[in-house]
Amino acid sequence: MVEHSYPRIGEQVWHDTLPNGLALRVVSKPYHAKACAYFVTRYGGMDLRFQLGGQWLDTPAGIAHYLEHKMFDTEEGNALQELAKNGAEPNAFTSNAITAYYFDSTDHFYDNLRILLKFVSIPYFTKESVEKEQGIIGQEIRMVEDNPEWQVYQQLMECLYKESPARVSVAGTVESIREITADTLYHCHKAFYTPGNMVLCVVGNVDPQKVADIANEVLPRESGPAIPRDYSQESSPAPAVKEGSRQMEVSMPQFLAGYKCTPPADGEEHLRMGMIGDMACDILFGDSSPLYRRLYEEGLINGSFGGNFDILPGAAYLYVGGDAKDPHTVHRMVTKEAERLAREGIDEAFYQQIRRAAYGQLVRSLNSFETIAISAAEGVFQGFDYYRFPEIFDTITKADVEAFLRENVTTERTALSIINPKEAK
Amino acid sequence: MTMTRTKLRENVYLTYIPAVKFKTCFLSAQFLTPLRADTAGYNALLCAVLDRGCRKYPDMERLSAALDLLYGANVEHSVRKRGEVQLWGFVASAIDDAFVPGGGGRLLEGVAEILGELICHPVLENGLLKKDYVDSERENLLDAIRSAVNDKRTYAGKRLLEEMCRGEAYGLSHLGEEATVAPITAEDLTRHYYDQLSSSRLELYYCGRAELERVITAVEPILRDLPLSRETAIAPPLPHIARTEPLVIRQPMDVSQGKLGVGFSVGTEDRDAAFVMNTMFGGTSNAKLFLNVREKLSLCYYASSAYHRSKGLVTVSSGIEFENYQKALDEIQAQLEAMKTGDWEDWELTGARSCIENGHRSIDDSAGRLEDFYMGQIATGQHNTPQELMDAALAVTPERIMAAARSVSLDTVYFLTGKEENPRG
Repeated sequence: MVEHSYPRIGEQVWHDTLPNGLALRVVSKPYHAKACAYFVTRYGGMDLRFQLGGQWLDTPAGIAHYLEHKMFDTEEGNALQELAKNGAEPNAFTSNAITAYYFDSTDHFYDNLRILLKFVSIPYFTKESVEKEQGIIGQEIRMVEDNPEWQVYQQLMECLYKESPARVSVAGTVESIREITADTLYHCHKAFYTPGNMVLCVVGNVDPQKVADIANEVLPRESGPAIPRDYSQESSPAPAVKEGSRQMEVSMPQFLAGYKCTPPADGEEHLRMGMIGDMACDILFGDSSPLYRRLYEEGLINGSFGGNFDILPGAAYLYVGGDAKDPHTVHRMVTKEAERLAREGIDEAFYQQIRRAAYGQLVRSLNSFETIAISAAEGVFQGFDYYRFPEIFDTITKADVEAFLRENVTTERTALSIINPKEAK
Repeated sequence: MTMTRTKLRENVYLTYIPAVKFKTCFLSAQFLTPLRADTAGYNALLCAVLDRGCRKYPDMERLSAALDLLYGANVEHSVRKRGEVQLWGFVASAIDDAFVPGGGGRLLEGVAEILGELICHPVLENGLLKKDYVDSERENLLDAIRSAVNDKRTYAGKRLLEEMCRGEAYGLSHLGEEATVAPITAEDLTRHYYDQLSSSRLELYYCGRAELERVITAVEPILRDLPLSRETAIAPPLPHIARTEPLVIRQPMDVSQGKLGVGFSVGTEDRDAAFVMNTMFGGTSNAKLFLNVREKLSLCYYASSAYHRSKGLVTVSSGIEFENYQKALDEIQAQLEAMKTGDWEDWELTGARSCIENGHRSIDDSAGRLEDFYMGQIATGQHNTPQELMDAALAVTPERIMAAARSVSLDTVYFLTGKEENPRG
């Protein structure tokens, strides 16, 4: 185990790869009462097609998320209950790229860690328990279907992407999850919940060696094979559809404009492009941008307006939106401003101002244990050390951000998603 | 982390918490004023207007630029209700000086200066708050009030309290209502502004690495130009008048999932016991509601309850299929019956105690949660630390829990249901 010191952000981190291939990170937090553990697999909503034992498998949309729900079942009952008995707050989430299981607790940390590692590495479900889950996940899907923010996002992804599974909802649909059986769940667990495909990240006042010892003792000895996956690269940088809209019970229109971006290579380039994309957002439409002021003062947007840059497996996109009475005008003005910045360049003083703010935001985000742990895990999966972000940040120039805008934020690459209020009957 | 409370002058207090474990320092300035139907909207509007600019930074672009240069410092207006008090003001944070590249930043002073400007030196036109800002923020506030309907889960919770506490301040929204906000003019709001500054309690809060003396000096710009005001007492909420016959409200809307809200009034004065009772009943993912309504009967995606300590209420919130209304309501009441008769296993109480311990200890791990905790205490006339509340809760016996449960009675049922639903019976 090697101790790394990151003086610019005031962090001490222990790095290790266990004999079974599991990557381990322990971030020391001597003054916090709570400690938390994140056990993360590189398996998410977009991993629908993959090779297992020499054969390509196509699995139903929503299966990674379904598996996440079922992993809490144990032979003795339910791991949520076991952890909660120790006062831990356990939870899990599935994103496009990963599934993460975690807890935080102020007491019984090592007992809780054992429970976490055990229930995630040992699947236990039956035909009946899998069928029962249909009801609960069906309700979860129904719940998000009533959520306009979810709808406007989902609709945007369907507009932007044609081939990529980025267009598929992480939770799947009530129909797609009906095809999920105990057998498919076991296959997916076998493929992706192997030590070689996972990261354990612990944040808190804990003994790193004890964490490694527990992981060595509880987890399987074998690393597991590397699993080839097919993310169906997009054949064109243009969106599948230019615009999508639907009606819901909302008080005013909500919109998201998306720009399909060229995904970065693995390694530090991934982290670097993430930071460039975030700065491009701040410069183009952030709170202190000239465009934001203009839109706000003309009453075209309100405080809900904002956006971000997001990197998915084999795909990347920039989005911006919020509540707006006239989404088309806002969308047009954003694209026009990006094209102006690409043509005329970014004002130097403004760039330096945004650079300071962006750096401060990165430091600030380390207040969250979740950011600390999930960023580290994504770094392991993509081949970079997240805590080196100050050094990578130093290498970014104004020309990088301009080049990013010029390539990605254009009329050709954009799509618009709108949720309109229902017309009065 | 010992909290120190200092009276800075008549009606102005500072709550100070030294902490080295965060990346940021946190500074909050909140005015405390009785929550009233005729003024709630005024206060919500006022802080949004003040946040638009000040003498030194007269528009959003210049204000944001000043914050960017302080390494992405955050200043946000906030409006909350705690008990029957409305809190309005600003919360601010900035990265700690230790993480400023090259060192030498005095970011706390920079942020405090901006807070002082925003509070004491708004942009005036002919002695009135700038009309453009009042007009556009009034529209934004009206949009925000109307958009409460967008998130059905929160909306159902808000409607339940509104129906349950009709005629009591507790049922009012912290944002006010359309009818009181729509006619507010710049003249009205200016008058209200001066009235608030000279009559409301100002509570300041700081958490971070700076010494108390440095903080007291740093906040001087906030106090310098603040009108003097007389000491005001903060009134705890008036007790809820319990209904003898439950009120049942069904509201049809175009939704795919029903939202059930159930309000109970709590008779006992033993608040620690009522708190533990609620934790076991529906306060955690290990509570009776979660395990029975969700896990055992698969009736819903979520089912949880909240204890409103200062007002003596318990509210249950659940998302269900329309046809499961009666089943879910019956099950919720059956679980409350079980609490009354002591029908629980040992681990349920042990688990609840662990969760209470974890929950209270981890408040110390977030400067924002600490702020909300102490502001909440002050606003409801309580003066406990998280540690004291935790110790009191852990000393509660099973007999006291049962007694607290027996003091609980069904008060109001609110059901957000589909439009095409066939009414039962």
